[in-house]
Amino acid sequence: MNKSSSNQQSRRALMISRKVFSYPYLIFMLIFVVVPLVMILFNAFIKDDSFTLANFVTFFSQREGLAILGNSLVLGFATTIICLLLGYPVAYILARYHVKTRTLALLFIVPMWINFLIRTLAIKEIFMTLDVKLGMGTVLFGMIYNYLPFMILPLHTTLTSIDKSYGEAANDLGCDEVSVFARVTLPLSVPGIISGITMVFIPTISTFAISQYLSERTVMLFGDSIDMMFKLTETWGVGSVMSLVMLVLVIIANVLLNRFNKDTTKGGGLV
Amino acid sequence: MAKEKIIELLNISKIYDGNPVVKNISLSIKRGEFVTLLGPSGCGKTTTLRMIAGFERPDSGQIFFNGKNISNVPPHKRNINTVFQKYALFPHLNVFNNIAFGLKIKKVPDGEPYEKDGVKYQNVRSLTKDEITTKVNKALEMVDLADFGYRHVDSLSGGQQQRVAIARALVNEPEVLLLDEPLGALDLKMRKDMQLELMSMHKKLGITFIYVTHDQEEALTMSDTIVVMDRGVIQQIGSPVKIYDEPANIFVADFIGESNIYTGIMNKDYVVSFLGKQFTCVDKGFKYDEPIDVIIRPEDIKVVSADDKKCLMCVEVLSSVFKGNYYQTTCLTCDEDTYGDRNEILVHDNVECTVGEIIGLYIKPFDLHIMRKSRVVNKLITHMEDNFVVDICGGKFECMADLPADTPVEVEVEFDDVLIIDDENDGTICAEVVESIYKGSYYLCILRTDDYYEFFVDTLDEWNKGDRVGININADKIKITPIEVNDEQE
Repeated sequence: MNKSSSNQQSRRALMISRKVFSYPYLIFMLIFVVVPLVMILFNAFIKDDSFTLANFVTFFSQREGLAILGNSLVLGFATTIICLLLGYPVAYILARYHVKTRTLALLFIVPMWINFLIRTLAIKEIFMTLDVKLGMGTVLFGMIYNYLPFMILPLHTTLTSIDKSYGEAANDLGCDEVSVFARVTLPLSVPGIISGITMVFIPTISTFAISQYLSERTVMLFGDSIDMMFKLTETWGVGSVMSLVMLVLVIIANVLLNRFNKDTTKGGGLV
Repeated sequence: MAKEKIIELLNISKIYDGNPVVKNISLSIKRGEFVTLLGPSGCGKTTTLRMIAGFERPDSGQIFFNGKNISNVPPHKRNINTVFQKYALFPHLNVFNNIAFGLKIKKVPDGEPYEKDGVKYQNVRSLTKDEITTKVNKALEMVDLADFGYRHVDSLSGGQQQRVAIARALVNEPEVLLLDEPLGALDLKMRKDMQLELMSMHKKLGITFIYVTHDQEEALTMSDTIVVMDRGVIQQIGSPVKIYDEPANIFVADFIGESNIYTGIMNKDYVVSFLGKQFTCVDKGFKYDEPIDVIIRPEDIKVVSADDKKCLMCVEVLSSVFKGNYYQTTCLTCDEDTYGDRNEILVHDNVECTVGEIIGLYIKPFDLHIMRKSRVVNKLITHMEDNFVVDICGGKFECMADLPADTPVEVEVEFDDVLIIDDENDGTICAEVVESIYKGSYYLCILRTDDYYEFFVDTLDEWNKGDRVGININADKIKITPIEVNDEQE
């Protein structure tokens, strides 16, 4: 008895001492994540120095703002789906045919070393030289171009980690190559798909620079209008409401994706 | 039921990156047999199994299944199922769906076959849900997992996963079941239980089992026929009793059970000499003074008193250890053999001996297993690199032959003239130790060079299998004979 309780005590002491290491992060999170969030929350309910719901009314009664939100969501979905359709085959081929990691890095990671604003501006220049009209199409292209690696990498990781013997077992049980893919590889790669979607969809609905540069400000996305609220019109209250809406959307997306992930494969969540 | 051949391998070879893993093997398996491919790791047994399953294509040779050549038929079109080494149960499916996996894909004939425009047709359909459920439940019952259908595969123990893997394969009613070291991951007791269960399943189902293992005891317990493989070659095919009692060569003897292996000479029919003495045996038909290997199982040697009439040789006891139902006694011969060495003999008998005691040993002539040597000298065809320099396996060896460069020659090196160097960089060529067999006073090692020539070497040191070593040969020990080249080739 005595021994076990002293054991427990020493373990507790150890836990406390370990906890200390997390304090810097806690403080960091507190200052740079929690406090800003509280400030946004606070700002959302303040107009002309008084507590009010007026900001919410302003946002939800403006047709324009809601249309921008809708636009952003549609563009986010489109980007994510196209990235998935483009990225999956690439990740599959890379994983299947044992392409060296170096080749993979060269193809998909090296472009990421260049600042994304510079890349976006470069694309803009290319479009202008080619006389392509800047607009929704070019914004979509820019989004896909920038976020495709974030789809491929998690997919590649998941696909390479699938044991070869599953495919062989399916083969052995009567599957041809196509049904091996449909019945085994695809279901087993769901965690990668989920994590790819999360890494593409959530940034695309909140980004602002790509649409600004690649559409000459003709396409307004949700991120752009939040940016505008703070910078140009200085209506911080409405901007804060919009940020909250964004936050809620992100949380909903995460919850949905995680639930879907849990339903299909147990314990394979990467996000 | 006629025991016709169900699977036949004909001159099968498989090479991975220049490494011949399976070398020209031929094997036929009868319907309903329990066949075990037995051998040390890297002997080619799993590759052979994978070629039967269809995961690998042989580089040459043919595989016949029910008389049809299936060498290029993909695995999903073969009526063969596999139980994988690590089970490979699908982690995204529960137990029921894992077992139902094959059934959901399977097509069965629907209605009578009919003819249209002289071509025969047969409608097919998928199995109905009820049919699948019935079959899966029956399979679950067979492996004693009746209530486990809705469990997730991760929640099962190793033994249970093993049973699911077996059920998943058997539910498809294959004609042949392949098992790739299926019990390797289980603990000893579970393994023993599963061995018995697999045997009773085999008896009940009557289908052909092809089992791969490196565990000789497992093979001896379960099989009708054992195929002993080593270094990509089939060394012996036979029943467990035959393999144990009459090993075909020293590799089989060394791998299965314990053995005393010695080099000897067949003086004439029924007379063999080894360990510096002559013995009566039951073998004949060898050449006069042909060098042979003698194998004696330790349990076939009887301890007698040194002055007994039956005593064939006197030995000194080095150690005697109680092993339950016998004493394992290690002895050293009192007399020297023709090379001037005293040899170790391992004896299993129920007589306790004291260390240092001189005892006599008796062996029945019938228990001296005599076999031809697979090789008496290392011989290879190569060419001269320069005068007094010969190329052997890519290395330049100095020699005594004054022949111009590029002369084709035959090189012969005796077993004990090959020098093994501990550090591979100090040898003229490098090699890997692939076999090391104790022969009483020295070891017979087989060294595989990087271009896959195998050197047989007699050495006093024990080398571990898998070690990298260097090889040197003294110039005066390399015997070189020029060979004539066919003029037609030029």
